[in-house]
Amino acid sequence: MVKEIERYGIPIVHMATITTISESVGANRIVPTVAIPHPVGDPSLSPEDEYALRKELVGKALKALTTEVTGTTHFE
Amino acid sequence: MSEKFKVLYYVNQFFGQVGGEDKAGMPPEYRPEKVGPALGFDGALQGEGEVVGTIICGDNYFNENKEESLEFIKKTIKEVEPDVVVAGPAFNAGRYGMACGELAKAVAEEFKIPVVTGMYIENPGVEICKDKAIVVSTADSAAGMRKALPVMAAIARKLAKGIELDAPEKEGYIPQGRRKTLFVDKRGSLRAIDMLLARFKGEEFETELPMPVFDQVEPAPAIKDLSKATIAVCTSGGIVPQGNPDGIQSASAQKWGKYDVSELVELKAPDFYSTHGGYDTAYANENPNRVVPLDILKEYEKEGVIGKVYEFFFTTTGTGTSVSNAKKFGREIGKFLKEAGVDGVILTST
Repeated sequence: MVKEIERYGIPIVHMATITTISESVGANRIVPTVAIPHPVGDPSLSPEDEYALRKELVGKALKALTTEVTGTTHFE
Repeated sequence: MSEKFKVLYYVNQFFGQVGGEDKAGMPPEYRPEKVGPALGFDGALQGEGEVVGTIICGDNYFNENKEESLEFIKKTIKEVEPDVVVAGPAFNAGRYGMACGELAKAVAEEFKIPVVTGMYIENPGVEICKDKAIVVSTADSAAGMRKALPVMAAIARKLAKGIELDAPEKEGYIPQGRRKTLFVDKRGSLRAIDMLLARFKGEEFETELPMPVFDQVEPAPAIKDLSKATIAVCTSGGIVPQGNPDGIQSASAQKWGKYDVSELVELKAPDFYSTHGGYDTAYANENPNRVVPLDILKEYEKEGVIGKVYEFFFTTTGTGTSVSNAKKFGREIGKFLKEAGVDGVILTST
């Protein structure tokens, strides 16, 4: 899905925990996430800390969308 | 070999009969017995070899703690000293396939022990290990177990005895991308002419050198001004509105959905939940923003960091979904986003 959407010339960032899968399907912009059942959350944190963590992760994704890349790039 | 050769088997929590998604976080453990498919595999060895033990590990644990999991597996191999390591078959299960693939690669590289696993051709785990280990080509679901085990066992037997394998299509494994010298009756020029003539006549012919398929997409140019950009969010994590109005499948998805979030500031439970059948959805159902971070995107929109959050979010279920369907969804969603003038996309996967 990532690749087909990018084919339209729209930058796309893949937020995923198993980043080896994102690489093998050919995602160009990748943000590694927390865990498979909660990629952008962490139930072990307090609601405030979890929100801050999610904000940081989505911030990385936005940074990825504004960064020129030439191939598979991780934004950590 | 007069003695039976020793097989060490690897399965996930499900095939290890420990439990379903609720047990996907279990760390690896070794049992000196045959568990799940190891039993059927052992039978298929027809007394020539024996499964001496089974490692069981949760799919989430392995993929989230790869190094620790591999350390455990390596330690077990040193203790058990198997002649062959067998994993799976994982069919089209992505996380299980990744675990089998990483294990197969690591074991084949570090120990001089042959590794046999089984996967559906589209499993992402295939690419990781097919050149290092033998990956038997299986069906896409566990319904193919009875067919897969004898093929895996026959290959394991040959490898344990140092017998060279026949061609992939004969033995039933996925080609490793190797070229071998072999003797044939006709020289190359004659074979080429035969092939050409067959092609002219519209007859079947088999190429001797299939072309590799490279499908890389050029990275799209970066967004210049985020504060004016419209950002859409998309997920393969199966988040749907209560009642799942479009009936998106919980596995092997046949469709995707788009849902209006223009009036919302977050995805609230239980208005939204996950219909995904491939991970423990308890955390997502408690707070769907953990999979689709709409709350944060709306916050960034309010702060003026991004121009706008696109009015719809897009969703489907990634588990067991065929690559051809995923491509189709991507094309359809992409076309929609392009026409809507969306500037950038965040896609989350579980």
